[in-house]
Amino acid sequence: MSPSAYVTLSVILFAIGGVGVLVRRNAIIVFMCIELMLNAANLAFVAFARMHGNLDGQVIAFFVMVVAAAEVVVGLAILMAIFRTRRSTSVDDASLLKN
Amino acid sequence: MTGSVGHAGLVGHPGVLAASTIAAPHIEYSQLAPMLIVFAAALAGVLVEAFAPRSARRSLHIVLALGGLGAAFILTILIAASSSIFAGGGAGHIAAMGAVGVDRPTLFIQGTILVLAMLTMLIIADTAHGLSPFVAQAAAVPGSAEEREGLLKGVTHTEIYPLTMFAVGGMLLFPAANDLLTMFVALEVLSLPLYLLCGLARRRRLLSQEAAMKYFLLGSFSSAFFLFGIAMLYGFAGSVRLSAIASAASTNTANETLLLAGVALLGLGLLFKIGAVPFQGWKPDVYQGAPTPITALMASCVVVSAFGALLRVFYVAFGTLTWDWRPVLWVIAILTMLLGAVIAITQTDVKRLLAYSSITHAGYILTAVVASSALGLSSSLFYLATYGFSTVGAFALITLVRDPSGEALHLSRWAGLGKRSPLVAATFAFFLLAFAGIPLTSGFTGKFAVFQAAEASGATPLVIIGVLASAIAAFFYVRIIVLMFFSDPVPDGPAVVVPSALTGTAVAIGAAATLFLGIIPGPLLSLANNAATHLFVR
Repeated sequence: MSPSAYVTLSVILFAIGGVGVLVRRNAIIVFMCIELMLNAANLAFVAFARMHGNLDGQVIAFFVMVVAAAEVVVGLAILMAIFRTRRSTSVDDASLLKN
Repeated sequence: MTGSVGHAGLVGHPGVLAASTIAAPHIEYSQLAPMLIVFAAALAGVLVEAFAPRSARRSLHIVLALGGLGAAFILTILIAASSSIFAGGGAGHIAAMGAVGVDRPTLFIQGTILVLAMLTMLIIADTAHGLSPFVAQAAAVPGSAEEREGLLKGVTHTEIYPLTMFAVGGMLLFPAANDLLTMFVALEVLSLPLYLLCGLARRRRLLSQEAAMKYFLLGSFSSAFFLFGIAMLYGFAGSVRLSAIASAASTNTANETLLLAGVALLGLGLLFKIGAVPFQGWKPDVYQGAPTPITALMASCVVVSAFGALLRVFYVAFGTLTWDWRPVLWVIAILTMLLGAVIAITQTDVKRLLAYSSITHAGYILTAVVASSALGLSSSLFYLATYGFSTVGAFALITLVRDPSGEALHLSRWAGLGKRSPLVAATFAFFLLAFAGIPLTSGFTGKFAVFQAAEASGATPLVIIGVLASAIAAFFYVRIIVLMFFSDPVPDGPAVVVPSALTGTAVAIGAAATLFLGIIPGPLLSLANNAATHLFVR
């Protein structure tokens, strides 16, 4: 199977994640969609690394995993604080900040 | 540091991917010293948090943070002076195996960030009148007995100091990053602490938490686009070095889709951070909900850092694609200037109003970025420095005008402030005039510089729209001044607290810099020109 198929797959995954962020209302699901987008980028990096024959893309994928893990820590902490206050993680309920 | 990503020496062919030799990475510690010191101070802050007794923590943190930022600033000046970068020397150096570029514009930007971060640190550290702007216990549910207990004891989260230092470290690295992986890591290092800091306001906890969630979700959404853009560019060029992308863009005509998709996605991530239209939606909400000192940090240092990275990416990596991105940035600059100015008119919250004002200012600076010349670079640098000082000063002043329930943010509460505390009102009016770009303030010289750069590159329509947007913006700035000085004071209006030495210093330095750079802009202007002559190192 040619590596370019994996690039196509990564674009599809990225699009699914992007649409999910825009249409889903639960903050946890939105966050999972963002993680899906990061992992789609990882897949693209690894596929491109194979196509170019160098290791940069694979190394970058490891960096992205670490960054994504740090993002999960911060994100879940914020979502937990919100949930304890409001008993809800819907992004529609959080709407005090308006004109 | 992320300098060990193998750009050299790791060559295999498809199917084998074996490294023949791995050269030990060579890291120029002296060039990276300012960033390393800030990160070291942040890590030392974590140790203080773990081992120092609660009573000693705050003073230890302040010494560490201000000492670290001050030492980093002195080192930045020494690097600029000693390596003869400014004394007629070359463009600069590339350090850490090509991961970091320490060049003239970067040193200027880092120096600016460090000075502004020191000023902001003064406001963050201010706990005078028994009230820190930060929450006692972030984990306690707002309104609960647990929270009241924390408030009574007067405890605060001293973690804010190391978090701020990590964010400042990321801000220093972000514009210096010479490859896109380092830039992505720096982006996250600067963003993640800020997401947390946004949610730590003592008053209006719900708004603050909501701001943190919005900033976090939208920020990580935009960094996912940024990352996918990097993946596309890596697919196009086979490397994430900015210079390699630039040379591939000028020689390689195959796969142009990958290149253009990469430019668009990467640009989206960067434009989000500076709050350009159509990616400005988060800015008013986050600026309003975050604790005011953190808003000051975001409105000054983060904007400076993000513009530094934007300039480096568009001038170095996409320097040969000017004809592709310039029309898009034209449209974005026009929309940013106009939308920010028009929506600001209807605002009733001071912080929200300054957020829209910050969006408009991002538009003005974009007109200089579009120029894509040394003049455009130098005027952006100058504008960022002048705008940063006025912004920190203005937000520091906002922390002084208080209601019993916290800061008095609604504009109606500011009516007649000039009659009750003329000095505070006059200083705030002076900052507003600087934002409006009235002569004898730094805002005028900055705006003149960016519009001159845009005009020189043939972007006359941009300049005309910029002047028009300035006129609209001047309307709402002047409206606040009229409100403060020519309306009757509200009964039981907000009390203006006497500033402590910390906030007082921040306001005084901000106002002095705004005045000084308005009357004698020469020295900083020539420094910015000098910083921009060789553009960025490749």
